[in-house]
Amino acid sequence: MFPELNNLLNTTPDQAEQGKLTLLCDAKTDGSFLVHHFLSFYLKANCKVCFVALIQSFSHYNIVGQKLGVSLTTARECGQLVFLEGLKSAVDVFFRPQEEPHPLQFLREANSGNLQPLYEFVQEALKPVDSGEAAWRCPVLLVDDLSVLLSLGVGAVAVLDFIHYCRATVCWEWKGNVVALVHDSGDAEDEENDILLNGLGHQSHLILRAEGLATGFCKDVHGQLRILWRRPSEPTAQRDRSLTYQYKIQDKNVSFFAKGMSPAVL
Amino acid sequence: MAAAASCSTSTRSTGSVVVAASRNSVTSFQRRGPRASGTDSGCSRLVSIAGTRPSVRNGQLLVSTGLPALDQLLGGGLAVGTVLLIEEDKYNIYSPLLFKYFLAEGIVTGHTLLVASAKEDPADILQELPAPLLDDNCKKECDEDICNHKTESNIKMKIAWRYQLLPKMEARPVSSSRFGHYYDVSKRIPQELIEASKWHGFFLPEKISSTLNLEPCSLNHGYIKLLQFIQNIIYEEGFDGSNPQKKQKNILRIGIQNLGSPLWGDDICWTENCDSNHSLTKFLYMLRGLLRSSLSACIITVPTHLIQNKAIIARVTNLSDTVVGLESFIGSEKETNPLYKDYHGLIHIRQIPQLNNLIYDVSDVKDLAFKLKRKLFTIEHPPTPTVLLPSQTSTSRGHSPVW
Repeated sequence: MFPELNNLLNTTPDQAEQGKLTLLCDAKTDGSFLVHHFLSFYLKANCKVCFVALIQSFSHYNIVGQKLGVSLTTARECGQLVFLEGLKSAVDVFFRPQEEPHPLQFLREANSGNLQPLYEFVQEALKPVDSGEAAWRCPVLLVDDLSVLLSLGVGAVAVLDFIHYCRATVCWEWKGNVVALVHDSGDAEDEENDILLNGLGHQSHLILRAEGLATGFCKDVHGQLRILWRRPSEPTAQRDRSLTYQYKIQDKNVSFFAKGMSPAVL
Repeated sequence: MAAAASCSTSTRSTGSVVVAASRNSVTSFQRRGPRASGTDSGCSRLVSIAGTRPSVRNGQLLVSTGLPALDQLLGGGLAVGTVLLIEEDKYNIYSPLLFKYFLAEGIVTGHTLLVASAKEDPADILQELPAPLLDDNCKKECDEDICNHKTESNIKMKIAWRYQLLPKMEARPVSSSRFGHYYDVSKRIPQELIEASKWHGFFLPEKISSTLNLEPCSLNHGYIKLLQFIQNIIYEEGFDGSNPQKKQKNILRIGIQNLGSPLWGDDICWTENCDSNHSLTKFLYMLRGLLRSSLSACIITVPTHLIQNKAIIARVTNLSDTVVGLESFIGSEKETNPLYKDYHGLIHIRQIPQLNNLIYDVSDVKDLAFKLKRKLFTIEHPPTPTVLLPSQTSTSRGHSPVW
């Protein structure tokens, strides 16, 4: 996790909030550093994490996680992390027909697909064990990323339903958190993606939006991060709090600074 | 394999799909640790394979694209396990060249090839590959080696008889210690090189005629057949580590031409709201899954200028790792632009993968142009004019010189 981002979000692993939906989105840039941040953050916060990784392999997250101070292999072995490796499972479900319902069953279906098996997988993974003692602090579902589901033929409404079910179970019933990444297609006029993004935007408590600079690529400032705190369940006349920072990604850390205050410029 | 990490709570998740794989899964993202110095190959699981080298940035295994200039722009080469997407130029003149360079590089370094096309027979594609530019010494050696290989018989060794028991090395026609070769586009690759190489062809009209007994799914039939073909080759030849008897590891180079064009049965190039909207993206996802778990690298050319729906182009870009776009000047107003008079087109590096790394890796140089002379395909930064005449300012949109 990035200490500077923790400061901006006003959290530490010990005081992680519960019952929240965090939406990560990126526009014209790659927002996957946010996924690595939240993964290592919740692992360090001693939460039980279910990571639905649809877009990259396990070793990718593991190697970056080691740079950030968490070992995914250890976490997986001792049961703290349940990792669904989308790419490997997709090959399994597509080429070798499975008997029992597989979380990625929708890949074999012809029509717009149903994410219920995936929801049941998440439910099974994060179910609180009735051993009496609380082993982990709270369950966390992390999804990287939801836009890929649209590319695989699942409709935007089905994805919204899936997140709704996950939110109801993980956030409300088990007081856990859900973090999901959605790409913003910008001017590519991807209607399904816009529906998904807007729908999730209205349900989230925290939105982190990584944008490329409007002026183009820059070596010292990789992009701009907009943080928006929301209160979706309380209609309020107050404006939601929002902050904007620029960032530069380094080998093991991401440094944040106020707009225009990049160390390269000063 | 699972280390006995004892934790206070030993709740093993029973329903987990990804219980730690007990077999040695060879992924291509093996970190080349300090022990793997190349000399002691017994220690590292990834023995150094001909035609590959580790990246200086993150130790990832790279192969050459066949164009050393492009290798440099992509950060050293193409990472094993990733897809290189070439967005075709308007009349499909230059993208087949990049495709052929990739395949020729595979033949020269001894990699196995898998060529898939809906338009041309893969055997014909291989005949048209460019000839490698070798030094003369090297060429004489490879002629000799090939002669020796053909006339070699079981000569019993009298003195060094223990060496008789060792398995014979495959004769490699060309020294494969170099990474990245240059090719002469005006000459064809020598027939001996093609015959000495191992390749598999997938020609869609031949494969599609057999009856299909698959459940209906939203992938179109040509793509399903191609995926099964690729998966078969990967599995049978052990590129995914499933055959541990294979001592000499090798890379599988996959080349798929004109993916997404109507010849593959896809209609994304015809209409904006088509039925098989997800065929191509689903195919790319499954392909990524196959590549990530095997020692292979893939080049795909896609006619993105024909795809009507911009959203699909964005999705295709997101599902590919490296994306290079070619824009030829033929027929465009840039043809008469004095800035570009020596060049044939622009090359855009749209995306570079960010694998095993946090760092945002974008190519520094943005304005790149390419030209195809008789022998070589070169990529350069077009020179900025030092004196800007009034007539030039009107034609050079957005390319004003930096003083």
